[in-house]
This record gives sequence, C-alpha cells and structure tokens, in this order.
Amino acid sequence: MGDPDQSDLGGEPRLRFRDDEPHEEPAVTLDAFFGQTNATAVRLESDEDARALIPHIGQLALVEVAFPTFRDGRGYSAARILREAGYTGELRAQGDVLVDQIPLMRRCGFDAFAPQADIDRKALDRALGRQPYASQKAADAAVPVWRRRHG
Amino acid sequence: MYRYDEYDQAAVDARVEEFRDQVNRRISGAMSEDQFKPLRLMNGLYLQLHAYMLRVAVPYGTLDGRQMHMLAHIARKYDKGYGHFTTRQNIQYNWIKLDQAADILAELATVEMHAIQTSGNCIRNISSDQFAGAAADEVEDPRPWAELLRQWSTFHPEFSYLPRKFKIAVIGADQDRAAMRLHDIGLQLYRNDAGEVGFRLFAGGGMGRTPMIAPVIRDWLPKQDLLSYVEACLRVYNRHGRRDNIYKARIKILVHEIGAAEYARQVEEEWAHVKTLGLDPPAAEFERIAAFFAPPAYEAGVPDTVDLSDPDFRLWVDQNVSAHKQPGYAVVTISLKPREGIPGDASADQIDVMADLAERYAHNELRVTHAQNIVLPHTPKRDLYAIWQALDAAGLATPNLDLISDIIACPGLDYCALANARSIPLAQKIAGRFADLDRQRDLGEIKLKISGGINACGHHHAGHIGILGVDRKGEENYQLLFGGSGAEDASLAKIVGPGFSEDGVVDAIEKATDVYLANRTEGERFLDTYRRVGMAPFKEAIYG
Repeated sequence: MGDPDQSDLGGEPRLRFRDDEPHEEPAVTLDAFFGQTNATAVRLESDEDARALIPHIGQLALVEVAFPTFRDGRGYSAARILREAGYTGELRAQGDVLVDQIPLMRRCGFDAFAPQADIDRKALDRALGRQPYASQKAADAAVPVWRRRHG
Repeated sequence: MYRYDEYDQAAVDARVEEFRDQVNRRISGAMSEDQFKPLRLMNGLYLQLHAYMLRVAVPYGTLDGRQMHMLAHIARKYDKGYGHFTTRQNIQYNWIKLDQAADILAELATVEMHAIQTSGNCIRNISSDQFAGAAADEVEDPRPWAELLRQWSTFHPEFSYLPRKFKIAVIGADQDRAAMRLHDIGLQLYRNDAGEVGFRLFAGGGMGRTPMIAPVIRDWLPKQDLLSYVEACLRVYNRHGRRDNIYKARIKILVHEIGAAEYARQVEEEWAHVKTLGLDPPAAEFERIAAFFAPPAYEAGVPDTVDLSDPDFRLWVDQNVSAHKQPGYAVVTISLKPREGIPGDASADQIDVMADLAERYAHNELRVTHAQNIVLPHTPKRDLYAIWQALDAAGLATPNLDLISDIIACPGLDYCALANARSIPLAQKIAGRFADLDRQRDLGEIKLKISGGINACGHHHAGHIGILGVDRKGEENYQLLFGGSGAEDASLAKIVGPGFSEDGVVDAIEKATDVYLANRTEGERFLDTYRRVGMAPFKEAIYG
C-alpha cells in the first residue's frame, strides 16, 4: 500500500493510502448527488444509508464518510458495505478520526483520511504495524487466522 | 481447554504493547482523557471511585490451574491481595495503578490471558454454562462455539464502536445456567427433529434500566453459518441502534422498537448478502477448536459412591455437589459467599488453594459462574472428602449454593462510580439474618440478587428476590422485587411497592419468606409459590 501521502490539501491534513492522483472534485451531499447526474464525489453523513450509493458506484471516484465523533461507529459499516458492493474508488474518513481508530478503518476499506486534528505520524505507524494477524475476514486484504491455519 | 497457537499469542502480545503505547501517549498528554477512555475500557480498565479497576477476561468462564495461580499472583503483586469474580464470569481488581496496568496485561499474556474487550462499546467476553462439558443434560459442549466467537469478535474492525456494549452467551443444554436470554445475543445449541444439532438464536435481551427477555430471532441456524449470521445481526444493530441516548442504545431497545419480526427480517436480508462474503471458517477450524474441548481422560472404575458419615461433609455434598455425566465423577461448586464475606471476593491465598485443588484432583480445570462462585467441573467422587477438607481449611466450604445467602451482588457504592447505594453491607446483613443453615435449607432455592445502581450489574431483575439500591433525597433506599428468573423459565422481577431502608428491606425479605412457608405446596420453590399466589399476600404481609 506504500507510504501514505500527508499533503495539505484544502487546509486539512490528509492521509492517503492510494497510488492514484487525489480526486479534486469537492464531495457533494447525498441529496445534491441525487439531484445532479454527473457528480463523481459524494459525502455521506453518519446517519445516511451507504446502500443508496450502490447503484451509482461505477461513476464515483470519491466517497467521504463523516465521523462527527470518533464514538460514532456507523461509518465502519458504511465503508464495508461500499467495498463489499465492489466500490474501488477513494474511501475517505473525515472528521474526528484518531490514531487508534485508523487501523480498524483501514480493515473496513478506508484508504484515505481527513482528520480534523493533526495525527502523530509515528504513533500512527506504530498502530498500523501492531497486529500481525487478523482474527476475522473484513474488507481489506488481510488473511484471517483460520485461513492461515488451514490453507 | 483451548490453548493458544502462535496466532492467538501474537494477538495478545501485540495488544500489550499497543496498550503500553496508549498509556504513554495519555500520560504525555498527546491524548485527552476523552480519547483515551474507550481505549482503556476496551482493555478492561475503569476509573472507579478510589482507583482504577482492571477487569480480566475469563473466556466463557473456563480456566486452568496455571491461569488461576496467575490471578492470585496479580492480586498479591498489584492489588490488595484479593480479587472479585463477576457476573460476567470474569475477575476484577479494584486497586490498580494506571502505570502498572500494561505490566499486568504482560503477565496475563504469559498464561494465555488478557483483558481485551471486557468493557467498552464492543463485543464483550462471551459467557457460557459453567457446567459445560460436565452437565448430564447437555446436548453438546457450547464452549467451542464460544471460543470461535471470541476469536471472531477480537478486535473486530466494524464492531468496536457500537452504540453500546454487546454481550453474547452460548449454552448447550435445556437448563439455562447462564441467563442466556438476558443477553444481547443468546445462542442455544439443540437437536432438531432430524437429529441434527444447531442453534436457536435470541436477540435483544438485557438488564439495565429497561430489562428485556430476548425473543427468538432465528429458530434454526446451522452451525457452519454462525459467524456470518451473528455478523449480520451486529451490522443491523451497528447501523440502526440508537445513538442519541445512552440509555436507549442497547440492541434490546432497537428490537423492541421495530419488533422482533422486523429485526429478524432485516437480519435475514443482511445475511443473504453477508453469507456470500466467505466470513465463515471451514469445518476444519471448528474441528480444530472442538478438539481442545474433548472430555478429560476420565479414570475407569472410579467408585460412584461417597462416604457421607461426616455430617458437615454431607451437608456440603448435598448442597454444593451436582451430578456429572460421567459415573464416578461430580461437579463441585465452591461458594464465594461465606457468612461475613463479600459476594464473589476471594483472597490470593484462596485463589491458590482452588488452583491447587483443580491441578491435584480435578483434571486441572476451573470455571467461574455468573453467580460469582467457582466450579471444579470434573471431580472424582473418591476425592470429594479431601477437597472438602482443604476448602474448609481455607474458608471456602460454605454449603449454601442456590440458598438465600448465595447472593449475587455488584460492588455497589463501596467501589463503583455509577452506583447509587451500597450492596455489599446489605448482602452481609441478609446473610446474617438467615445465618442458620437449617433455616436456609428449609427455604430451599432462593436466588437473591442485589444491584447498587440502575445498570443492574447485580442482576436484580432476574432475582427470585431482587433488590435495587436507589438514591432517595441523598439517602440510600432499596426497592424490593419478586419473581425474576435468569434460568430457562426466564422472567423479569416486579417491584413489590415503596422502597425501604437497609434494615427495612431485610425485615421485608424475612416477612416474604414467612408468606412462602405458609403458602407453599410440596416441592414448590419460593419462585413457584410467588408465581402461583401472586404479589398480593406478600404485599399485605410486608406493608399491611
């Protein structure tokens, strides 16, 4: 996945684990997305239904999922739902995104982060490298331990 | 018993280092207390009234002598020489220093133990039947499935920030010794008409301020679909459970508000998709785990009779020893409810004694019960007398299992920041009032449960007699409830009437037992009589 790019775009620090060019079109709200046919970037609030986007994932290059507080875990399910539906564009967690939540978010399919506060990169690197194995299958490439055990 | 392989060990070792890192960032100020709190909670560390409390996981209540000795060591080295066994089959230490917490986790990891997800809004320690693998009425040992769920739920990336905590219980017998239907998800293994064993899945049970008995969500679930189905249950909850009000955030509120049928419909729809993702391990993994739970190497030809000529021993056998499926063997329950003790507490020395007995006599296995006692599940009857003598010498031979003094009590206001009233002194007063063992035995099975606060950690809703401590204008006040049960006849207790002082509630309980004695028919327990005659005669005796 390479070393994430932490360039400062739009005044927000951004962590990106993708090799393609960052998508420049601003994300529109879900309501606005359904009101215009050619948008390629959309923002999903934590109480909005990710499944509404499934018919349109082919045209999307960026989905930004809001984390109004790090305690609101709905975005983890939203990410998995989009990845399980075959979405391959940028999936960005925005808002109250913290060091110790990012490894879980990566496993749910997020590959970009726009935290509202600075992230300590060294602490993040330690957190991301911490667990050598995954106990369960999720939306990332990690091989669950039961598959390692039985091939 | 399950043993870790390199993958399991790597996970707990990494977790220790992760937590050490998190504590350091908290101490350095890099992380706020608000940010740190859910992280420490997911490692079992609470901030209580006087100190930090560490809750150590005992997965499905099963542990061996080596692990039990480690619990004693931690009590001695890092606490005040004792530990408190909990209604979640765990143990907690009440006097922990933050800067030593990671060291404790490191010591636990050396004996395949941890404190992972013993708190926080995540999937908690999986609980089970303390007689699993030993009970005569068992269809199948539920613990391999509990272990599978433990591994699946560990660091689950999607379900670590749920609306609220999530508790799962698995049982494999008709008799419910684990209060299964008072869990967020309850799973019961049973044999269907075709002779196959699978699960019945319940969801939406719980205690707290809005107690609910879990309804059936799926009557038949093939074993191999367990993880994907539970994943679907959790996903529906994570997406739609309420997050606007902490008191309405448990899955029981969701299931209650949309109805069990609608919740089941949404789960089925989700599962139709989730099942295609390949989340369920292959049969080889079930078999690998199940092999660890094979029956112990029972001795052949162990005598099935016990010399009961010592009357004190006989009392203990009558009360605390249960039938085992293997001839010549018995299940021993060690009461942690001595006359003047604290329910569930054991000293480091007592924990060592229990560990030694398990190693010496009982196939090196122990269980923690949700009623805060300890079980030696596989005990040759031949050795019962020697075990009883050793327990008696350690103050562990109280013959009161399931009697009125076998009280479940939460730590209450003596320790807990969330409590409104003390539970421990009340438990001691009740045990004192009914100190006469003949009287207790005459009263028979009475499950008395005390919570010092609305969170219902002492399971008062499920008590034949329940007590809830409340704060009334700055004074401790106790509400009395009758008619609850956490067993297979699950029911929720009802409030009798206006609350009482500490002494007043003890008097009221005594009056209630008099009503029971005057009204019972042959073979009826307190609960049965209450159910038959109703609240009125009790109320009249207490308030009349």
